Amino acid sequence: MEKEIEYLLQLLVTGLSNGMIIALVAIGYTMVYGIIELINWAHGDLCMLGAFLALTLIGLLGIDSWTGPLGFAGLALLLVTSALFCGTLNLAIDAVAYRPLRRAPKLTLLVTAIGVSFVLVNVGLFWGGLPMDVFSGGVAASAPKAFPPLVPATPLIGAEEGVRITLRDVLIVAVTLPLMLALWWLVRCTKLGKAMRAVAQNPTAASLMGIDTDRVVGATFFIGGALGGFGSVVYALNNGTISFQLGYRVGMDAFVAAVIGGIGSLPGAVLGGLLIGIARSMSDGYLETRWTNTLVFALLIVILIFRPSGLLGLRMKEKV
Amino acid sequence: MTRERLRGTRRTRSAWGGGRLALVLLLAALLLPAANHLVGDFGLLDPVKAIFLYAILGLGLNVVMGFTGLLHLGIAAFMAIGVYAFAILTADIYPFQLGFWPAMFLTLPIGAAAGFLLGAPTLGLRGDYLAIVTLGFGEITQDVLKNLDTITNGTQGINPVPPPTLPWFEHGDQGWMLTWYEFQKDAPLPWYYLFLALLVIIVVLNRNLEHSRIGRAWMSVREDDLASKAMGIPPVRTKILAFATAAALAAFAGGLWASSLSSSGEPANYDFQVSILALCIVIVGGMGNITGVLIGAIAVSGANDIVLQKLFEWMQQNGWTSTGSVFGSPNNWKFLMFGLALILMMRFKPDGLVPARRRKGGAPADPGPAAESSSHEEAA
Repeated sequence: MEKEIEYLLQLLVTGLSNGMIIALVAIGYTMVYGIIELINWAHGDLCMLGAFLALTLIGLLGIDSWTGPLGFAGLALLLVTSALFCGTLNLAIDAVAYRPLRRAPKLTLLVTAIGVSFVLVNVGLFWGGLPMDVFSGGVAASAPKAFPPLVPATPLIGAEEGVRITLRDVLIVAVTLPLMLALWWLVRCTKLGKAMRAVAQNPTAASLMGIDTDRVVGATFFIGGALGGFGSVVYALNNGTISFQLGYRVGMDAFVAAVIGGIGSLPGAVLGGLLIGIARSMSDGYLETRWTNTLVFALLIVILIFRPSGLLGLRMKEKV
Repeated sequence: MTRERLRGTRRTRSAWGGGRLALVLLLAALLLPAANHLVGDFGLLDPVKAIFLYAILGLGLNVVMGFTGLLHLGIAAFMAIGVYAFAILTADIYPFQLGFWPAMFLTLPIGAAAGFLLGAPTLGLRGDYLAIVTLGFGEITQDVLKNLDTITNGTQGINPVPPPTLPWFEHGDQGWMLTWYEFQKDAPLPWYYLFLALLVIIVVLNRNLEHSRIGRAWMSVREDDLASKAMGIPPVRTKILAFATAAALAAFAGGLWASSLSSSGEPANYDFQVSILALCIVIVGGMGNITGVLIGAIAVSGANDIVLQKLFEWMQQNGWTSTGSVFGSPNNWKFLMFGLALILMMRFKPDGLVPARRRKGGAPADPGPAAESSSHEEAA
């Protein structure tokens, strides 16, 4: 009996720490949807590029461990560079691809986002073909790349028995939780956050009040992308391999999380992320790994049937 | 302009404009094998045969996206259902062992039933959410087909799957006799014309459907959900019908696909990429326009399987490619090409190469001002 409860708790810990990563990526989806009602299809692939940048930096700088002042600075550098890169890239994508279509029908925008996602996937494929040692030289461009385990999974609690919490779990929470809190503060307590909420509510009225909507939307893309960048590095550290197709997998989980939570709602994205993380680890633990994706999508469909706007989403009347 | 004249000009223009183009395409398709024979074999028959199948798939998707205005991201799932239904109904290892034609006809109700099962509980959802559900269904179908390996053989697929047969007169000992001609792998011509004939039948059916009561109901739901409800058209039931029709057509395309491969192939062959390919076909061609979908199938599938392939063969002959580099293989450029095509189309020609007459600038969720004004004209 005790063993079984321990097993369950262990799955919960794994699920929660994975869920935090999913949640961080899901926030990027939900922010963009909240403000311009676009399912940002390319978000997962943006994160994939963030992970590739981190791996490239590891190769260039020769970072091999996180301990010591240099290693710690290296890890921080990876996180910040990837975040800035993803944020800036997302901002640029918005300016080039989405901004000209601001008044176009929603479907036009969505299809553009799918197109952007394909372009990014291809960039990732080419990136993986670079002749670098970290990409394992001769291995084909499309093959998954090993991401060095900079932060080992040393158990901090429960090394011998009991529920095990590792250094990696702590790292995940130490990176993701402050970011979420900072975002909460930004959206609730700053002028930019107020502007974002205003634009989300009604872009026309917001611009009549003197809010530069383009700038606010750009800022949203930047912040969402940056969070995705942080998330991608943590994901790669936790997962150990990356590939150019990673965006689809990670993006899909995060996206489902955002929808389950109620797309457009920040707490919803976090809740959805945690739920998906736990559902995945439970399915891996009690069912079979090969049914996990099926379970996640089945969960999505069932939740949408009973709560069509997600768990924390506002019930919206269809506008005439 | 009086109402009659307005209606009249519009109707004839559509009947001629789209129809003439479609006839030209048909003529070209009929003559292609002859040209292939006379000018020299470019190996075009097989890729063009694939275009016919993609056109059927695109026509199915067009019913949901073009006519009814719902974003559907999982059409490949229904194709997969058709593939596996056909394979299970015909292959030797299963008890059914039906012939090509009965199994092909059964793919239609099986596909429609699958479409109904997915659509009935979910079609009340708002546009974006529905798109996600269809996407999820695509993933689920693929995983289920892969994981239920006792039935579906997992990633190995079911094979062999029988080729088409046609009644045929053969000269034997007792004079002319009615027999069944079984299609052969090394004789591509019968395949080509059979698929073309089926495509033509489906185009005609689609066209009739478009102008029928059901077709008009689909379009009215697309233009305005609430208004059509007020007019006595039940939106959810109409959408379910569109969903089931699309699923049936996709499953039919799947059955043909399996037969032409003589195998079900692995489930991963019918993944999100295929759904996106079909989406590209409908969008590039022009949503809601049957001729547009045909053009889209030629443009997208042709670019994919013919132009890109030939280009790289040519480059290879000139020694301009290297096998060691990631840039050297045409497959590695496909994502980029499709991505850029989608982005550029949406930016500069969002209504497709052959825009549908009724939906200028319209979109599923939010019909633009032009679409609104045209529906006003209709009502006037």
